[in-house]
Amino acid sequence: MPIISYLAHPYKGKKDNLVQEISRVKGCEVIPAQNEELLIVVTETSSKQEEEILKAKLDAIPSMKLLTMVSGFETPID
Amino acid sequence: MYTSLTNRRSFLKKMAVLSAMTAAATMFPGILFAEEQEEGLPKGNLDWKKAPCRFCGVGCGVLVGVENGKAVAVKGDPKSPVNKGLCCVKGYHSVMALYGKDRLTKPLVKKNGRYVETSMDEALDLIASKMKETINDYGKDAVSIYGSGQWTIPDGYVASKLFKGCIGTNNVEANARLCMASAVTGFMTSFGIDEPMGCYDDIDHADVFIMWGNNMAEMHPVLFSRLLDQRMRRGVKIIDFATRTTRTSMAADKSILFLPQTDLAVANAICYEIIANGWVHKEFVAKHCNINKGLTNIGYGLEDNFSFKDQPEKIDFEAYKKFLEDYTPEKVEKYSGVSAKDIKYLASFYGDPNKKVMSLWCMGMNQHTRGTWINNLVYNIHLLTGKISTPGNSPFSLTGQPSACGTVREVGTLTHKLPHGVVTNKEHREFAAKIWDVPVENIPAKPTYHTVEMFRALDRGDIRFMWIQVTNPMVTMPKLKRYRDGAKKEGRFIVVSDVYPTPTTDIADVILPSAMWIEREGMYGNSERRTQYFEQMVAPPGEAMSDTWQIVEVAKRMGYEKQFYYKKESHIEEIYTEYRKHHANKKHNMAPLAVLKENPGMQWPYVEGKPTKWRFNATYDPACSNNEAFHFYGKPDGKAVIWQRPYEPAPEEPDQEYPFWLNTGRVVEHWHTGSMTRRIPVLHKAMPHAYVELNPDDAERMQIKNGDKVRLTTRRGEIILPASIKQRGIPAPMQVFVPFFDESMLINDITLDSFCPISKEPDYKKCAVRVEKA
Ligand code: SF4
Repeated sequence: MPIISYLAHPYKGKKDNLVQEISRVKGCEVIPAQNEELLIVVTETSSKQEEEILKAKLDAIPSMKLLTMVSGFETPID
Repeated sequence: MYTSLTNRRSFLKKMAVLSAMTAAATMFPGILFAEEQEEGLPKGNLDWKKAPCRFCGVGCGVLVGVENGKAVAVKGDPKSPVNKGLCCVKGYHSVMALYGKDRLTKPLVKKNGRYVETSMDEALDLIASKMKETINDYGKDAVSIYGSGQWTIPDGYVASKLFKGCIGTNNVEANARLCMASAVTGFMTSFGIDEPMGCYDDIDHADVFIMWGNNMAEMHPVLFSRLLDQRMRRGVKIIDFATRTTRTSMAADKSILFLPQTDLAVANAICYEIIANGWVHKEFVAKHCNINKGLTNIGYGLEDNFSFKDQPEKIDFEAYKKFLEDYTPEKVEKYSGVSAKDIKYLASFYGDPNKKVMSLWCMGMNQHTRGTWINNLVYNIHLLTGKISTPGNSPFSLTGQPSACGTVREVGTLTHKLPHGVVTNKEHREFAAKIWDVPVENIPAKPTYHTVEMFRALDRGDIRFMWIQVTNPMVTMPKLKRYRDGAKKEGRFIVVSDVYPTPTTDIADVILPSAMWIEREGMYGNSERRTQYFEQMVAPPGEAMSDTWQIVEVAKRMGYEKQFYYKKESHIEEIYTEYRKHHANKKHNMAPLAVLKENPGMQWPYVEGKPTKWRFNATYDPACSNNEAFHFYGKPDGKAVIWQRPYEPAPEEPDQEYPFWLNTGRVVEHWHTGSMTRRIPVLHKAMPHAYVELNPDDAERMQIKNGDKVRLTTRRGEIILPASIKQRGIPAPMQVFVPFFDESMLINDITLDSFCPISKEPDYKKCAVRVEKA
């Protein structure tokens, strides 16, 4: 059950758009910085494969310039 | 603490958010997620109490949230001038280190090769009787204590009092010898008194920051975020001068790489440039500086019983200028890997009278076989230009541990030191003996063993008893195998006080469970001379006891009740009050306990109710008494010393058989040997094991990919590690880097135990290694 946090860098002027797009993706939470062009994205999925699919979806968002992983945690199944 | 799965998941989510915020804060100065950060903290009736952070010498003020007798949350203390409410990833997670599953809670005594639980009373009786027996059989110098820059001030104080004052041996050392000793000897030789003249406020005034081999973004993350913040507000310049590309280099305005050991030559070349361009502050140098030269070809300490004593000799400015002719930027470029243009670029900032410059360093300059020299050389640059002891003009040696300054340097828990002064000075011995209430003859006038030599003495059998507290030498000693085998020899008795099992508890005859951080009361002293108090907030587990009280109990059992008169309920206050007497003068006065309790720490010298921010500057420092603008009162004539120190090579440089340089160090996620942070799931998962960083071109040539096994071989042995290419740091070609936090991949088994002959601090940054795909 991976929980991963990312830093997402939008293209210039596209921060709000990126926030909206990410908010639409299931399993994602987004926390925009108040004073910088940067968002924190936290994903929660049930398997590694699912996480990879989700990451690909995020990468494909047109306003996404760069997505970098910060930390990953594995919660126990039981 | 966090039992249900839902709770655990939401907790991990918060941790993931916190990690991301921390990473963001390192990259973007002053970035705000304020609301979310508050939301991330546990709700409920938390009682928030102030403490200095347990990890690292930055000494951030934190607020610890306590609920039902447990510490459950940490946030940065907005009132702390150190971190102004910020925390790094280690700080945020620090309370989790209290609750690892395998905390030591009972004393363990080794019987027939197995550890058997015993009562604290019995264990302390055994320690006291073993010490007495060893002293009877082998003499006073056969017993020793090895402590730490993570000792609280009272821990170190009672250790020194017991061993130096009561037992009568100078066998007191601490792991800060491995990280800060060169900074100390640098200060002592240049200024005659230890610790930085400036403070963190310098960051708010400097225009240029030059990092001398210091990966501040990872090692001092909160301070580094203050630099980045200044860049955003004022456009300051950050220059990284290092042997390896790190997160600091990536965030800097300019990164300049030099070949290992040649920082000595580059520093001299900067001085050459300063003189050649007429940038010397002539009046300052004439009034406030002497120029000295010392011995050269001073050795590397590789042999047992190595000894060295420098012979300073005064020289004039012309002789010094002549000496520097060997260090023109063009000559130094040839062997340092730094272009003459870059050397001139660095010199131009120091030389510009309109730019305030802060030089910052830590292990890169200290863990160096010429550590004292390179400290001297950076001071030379600041002294020649008069850029010192004024806000923003500051040579600043950072510390690694939370109380390397407070406990090791100020209390003086090193073989040659006393709380005030050194054992070799009769007056200093008399002064200490009076406060300690012991005959002055008790304190031997000669230092015994510095750390490396202390472990060599244990191996040889000259030392038979060693008590190790709050440190993990069986991970951190260089050329570790010799010292591990030595410690395991017959006829040695080792006591280890710690909070978790470690490779060091593995060599113990007695293991004492220690109370950790806020499970007891104490103080730490950080890099900027700030002493910070913390109260006991939670109960220690089982029979765990503070290191201070363990020593007091043993001292009483050895018959020193008179000197260890402290009462259990008030001993920290009594010890601190007694300790303050050693420093009761304008140059070092410590704030009273009541002041520490009220404030987020207080800087010494604390004079007439005020901290001293900039020492040696008459505007700020009441100890200046020469009626001049500056007074370097650590030296008898009130003058600082510009030292003529040459470049000399490292003891072991790459050759045909071992063609790479091996460099070792730390990572942001882990506190030193990882014995605490590896028990914090968030941090352990983020950085689960050690690795070897390779330069991408070397890796490609050797067909090594990320994660491939790589064999490192030195003259001491070999080790296999997974490869890391372009992941965290990037070493220069023909260099590799390995972090030392991982006890299952002990890089120190293959490092070299050479040291600076003046400071006796080992060089963990340089030895020759062969690198092969395993
Ligand atoms: S920078 Fe150091 S003192 Fe500050 S929170 Fe991090 S580990 Fe603690």
